[in-house]
Amino acid sequence: MNTSVNLAGIKMKNPVTVASGTFGYGREFEEFIDLNKLGGICTKGTSLKPKAGNKPPRVYETPAGMLNAIGLQNPGVEYFMNNDLPYLKKFNTAIIVNACGSTIEDYVELAKVLNTLDIDGVELNLSCPNVKAGCLAFGTTYEGVKEVTSQVRKVLDKPLIVKLTPNVTDITAPAMGAQDAGADGVSLINTLLGMSIDIHTRRPHLANNTGGLSGPCVKPVGVRMVYQVSQKVNIPILGLGGIVTGEDAVEYMLAGASAISVGTGNFIAPDTAIKVVEGIENYMKKYNIEDINEIVGTVQMN
Amino acid sequence: MKINCKAEITKIEQLNKDTYKYSIKADEIVKQARAGQFIEIRVVDNIEPLLRRPISIYNLDKQNGILEFIFQVKGKGTTLLAERKVGEKLDIVGPLGYGTFSIKEYKNVAIIGGGIGTFPLYELAKELKEQTSTNIHIYIGFRNKELITLEEEFKSVSNELTITTDDGSYGIQGFAINELKKDCEKQQPDKIFACGPLPMLKAVQSYANENNIPCEISLEQKMACGIGACLGCAVKTAKSPSDAPEYWHVCKAGPVFNAKDVEI
Repeated sequence: MNTSVNLAGIKMKNPVTVASGTFGYGREFEEFIDLNKLGGICTKGTSLKPKAGNKPPRVYETPAGMLNAIGLQNPGVEYFMNNDLPYLKKFNTAIIVNACGSTIEDYVELAKVLNTLDIDGVELNLSCPNVKAGCLAFGTTYEGVKEVTSQVRKVLDKPLIVKLTPNVTDITAPAMGAQDAGADGVSLINTLLGMSIDIHTRRPHLANNTGGLSGPCVKPVGVRMVYQVSQKVNIPILGLGGIVTGEDAVEYMLAGASAISVGTGNFIAPDTAIKVVEGIENYMKKYNIEDINEIVGTVQMN
Repeated sequence: MKINCKAEITKIEQLNKDTYKYSIKADEIVKQARAGQFIEIRVVDNIEPLLRRPISIYNLDKQNGILEFIFQVKGKGTTLLAERKVGEKLDIVGPLGYGTFSIKEYKNVAIIGGGIGTFPLYELAKELKEQTSTNIHIYIGFRNKELITLEEEFKSVSNELTITTDDGSYGIQGFAINELKKDCEKQQPDKIFACGPLPMLKAVQSYANENNIPCEISLEQKMACGIGACLGCAVKTAKSPSDAPEYWHVCKAGPVFNAKDVEI
């Protein structure tokens, strides 16, 4: 039985990664799970300089999901390379650094640094809904994604995956922008912009007012978008949005994802990603699937 | 070392209309847990409600590996939790939090709690009583008489217990902080510990800081993972300016903070 996959040039022992912003830089989960069992780790969104993040409250639970507006709090790439990367290198798992910035120059400078590091790939975050500048400003159009991605591509030799926002009318447009700029893959979906109001105070629950919706409630949106993108682009897709079981992961792979990420599921139980790996294997056994790559994109539409 | 385990509910006590005390068997967690820490409880093995509920430890029975926690039914999570039965297993993660109450020898300590925030202070007082010769004065405030519970327990872990109610239906009418201030003017404690609603914590914090009394406060914040990954439960550090704020996290640096370190 083969569970190994090659996602955009990143070799992984299985198709299960953990999503950016839900797993820190891995340390918090080491007490609970064997990180070597993960296909890969998409790190916390990391910027050139440290970011403080947004005012609290930053999270709020919603039906089968949650809103967050963390605001990309992170220690900056220099801290990451000196402290977190050496730690992550102890494990046999792919390290994919989620890179975020406010301007094209930020992204390019950051990519130059990342290019010198011993990492397996970069996930270009063009889709965080919770920061004022950057990210979403580039991420919603074909031209915007193509522009940032091309500039980054010029300085980055490592596998480049562009993370896309679902907060658009047609997600295949930014996906094509990534492909045309030379990205090796796309990941989707980031969170859906949402809002929740405290009816007693008549104010939003989040200090940031709006936040990104994630969790099982968004899964059908993610599956639909992965399918749509898979019909348009030739580069591999890292699928995510509400995956908490092996069955969820298989659904994304049938829709066209070559690999998947477990995100909010990591908050429900620290071993969710491991359970997803096991769930995929159980599915393979049940249907006599020799190689997990066989199922990618094999959904047959009605 | 944090653990994710299934802990059997060994006892349930309804303390008043909306407040429950659960005892669970969790040897490994109890062995390590310290006063001020909390656990994250998955109230049902389902995706709705999605997130665990962070609940503070009330009492640790180290000999028998029993952990007790007290919660108030407030929303859908705690409603479901209140429906759980003795003998069932609760999926919990713990012990959580690195900032815990400082247990050591003091001369006089004032421990002040408000409402549901009173209960995490019990283990603190108990450990101080058992391990030190500190003179312990506990102040607890509730809205009214119906909400007062575990009075005998708090009495047994203190040298003096002052109870206040907002409406005067029991004990002294008014806020617990006012009684604490009155007593402090006579004899300043060398430490204050506090847990409770935000307005009370703010009052305690500013009083302690103004009078240079070392003070530890236990904070709450909306939280997802409880283990330091989501960075949701932010609290602003006191030393960072408002135009360039820096944040710590309740589940990592807290839940117990030095009152001088955080802006609440």
